[in-house]
Amino acid sequence: MEMIKNFFKTFLLLELVKGMALTGRYFFARKITVQFPEEKTPQGFRFRGLHAQRRYASGEERCIGCKLCEAICPAMAINIEIAERADGTRRTTRYDIDLTKCIFCGFCEESCPVDAIVETRVLEYHGEKRGDLYYTKTMLLANGDKLEEQIAGDRAVDAKYR
Amino acid sequence: MMELLQAVQQIGQDLLGPAWLPVWTVAKILVIVVPIMLTVAYLTLAERKVIGFMQIRIGPNRVGPYGLLQPLADGVKLLFKEIIIPTGANKALFVAAPVLTLVPALAAWAVVPFDVGMAVSNANAGLLYILAMTSLGVYGIIIAGWASNSKYAFLGALRSAAQIVSYEIAMGFALVCVLMASQSMNLGDIVQGQQSKAGLFGWYFIPLFPMFLVYLISGVAETNRAPFDVAEGESEIVAGFHVEYSGMTFALFFLAEYANMILIAALTSIMFLGGWLPPFDVAPLNMIPGLFWLLAKMSVILFLFLWFRATFPRYRYDQLMRLGWKVFIPLTLVWVAVVGAWMQTPFWLW
Repeated sequence: MEMIKNFFKTFLLLELVKGMALTGRYFFARKITVQFPEEKTPQGFRFRGLHAQRRYASGEERCIGCKLCEAICPAMAINIEIAERADGTRRTTRYDIDLTKCIFCGFCEESCPVDAIVETRVLEYHGEKRGDLYYTKTMLLANGDKLEEQIAGDRAVDAKYR
Repeated sequence: MMELLQAVQQIGQDLLGPAWLPVWTVAKILVIVVPIMLTVAYLTLAERKVIGFMQIRIGPNRVGPYGLLQPLADGVKLLFKEIIIPTGANKALFVAAPVLTLVPALAAWAVVPFDVGMAVSNANAGLLYILAMTSLGVYGIIIAGWASNSKYAFLGALRSAAQIVSYEIAMGFALVCVLMASQSMNLGDIVQGQQSKAGLFGWYFIPLFPMFLVYLISGVAETNRAPFDVAEGESEIVAGFHVEYSGMTFALFFLAEYANMILIAALTSIMFLGGWLPPFDVAPLNMIPGLFWLLAKMSVILFLFLWFRATFPRYRYDQLMRLGWKVFIPLTLVWVAVVGAWMQTPFWLW
């Protein structure tokens, strides 16, 4: 009996027809493609994109050169050199992130005791030649200055979960 | 239509004399090859669109409105790409192979009738010619695989050769049934044989329904299309026999594959779906030129090809061989006998 059933199942191609009915239905279904440059998917406030260095409201840079981010960075993308500034504080003379090495894990921003290095929501950036994605301290600070409002906003939303 | 052709021929004959014959032949070839090439180009777009739609995507839509210029962009890209010939490759065969796959796919069109008497050559052994041409395509694939001097290409070529040879037999037997039903090897006569008052019920897919399916499925296998694309098997042997090909040589394989698809669609329409005949021989339907009906039937079958690809996972190699040898060949043999017996009874109405 089972054999006869299987025989007819095979020769009537029932399963194939069922499969084709499924794809046939989807042919007319509403398409879910997001047309990227014109349409964008929603972004979370914890999105980890391009890096930035923040400043205090007074204009003083936050980074104190503790090198925790450099130590934790799994891709070893961060390069820091420090020196004592005239007012006796420890500051970085060099703070580079190689974005071609960076894996955007967010450990640097987790480890930072003063919330100096952060990852912003920016994801549409590119380099046109070798070295363009090697971000130096001035570039990171410029990013921070430009995006401070959003960075601060995202940190405020996130604060209650920390 | 025929009078117009006759008139053109008369004028040409008077104008050019003996030089007219080659001119007329070249014109006929161009009239067939150019539309095929254009169809191939847009079939690639249709394929990407249809598969995209079935995967709830949109498919290409950036080049031109609705992506309509995408095939041109692809063509230009392939044309300007470098043709890389591997160091160990047999240069002459390596370059000849893509041509050898494409030429039979185009040559087979010589006997395909588009309307009453509208074929480049009204050959009486048309069916044999078609069988010969479609089986020649495998040489291109074997040569490509061998000349590439690459194990993936070689594996792909071996698989492909075995597959095409196996399905050729089933295909041949399916056509034997058509042959028996129509009592002719001339493709034009085969279509004429399907003409009757019953319209679409007079077409051979009714008495030969299993053969219609076998032919269609074997056709998919012959053209190395999914789900029978083990020869290409992009997820296991990279791209099979054409893994070493690039630029225009690769494009020729691509053209050949799609030209073969269109050919199989045309042959299926002619042999089982009544070719240029309208589904019912009544007033508004039989006013439409036969070419339209043939193209409509071909489009439906081509859509099926794309639909199959979007639906079915690839056959495993042993399953493929089992289907070819242990299902299709016995099935076709039985049906040849059934049709033979059936034709001796008064119940044969075709």
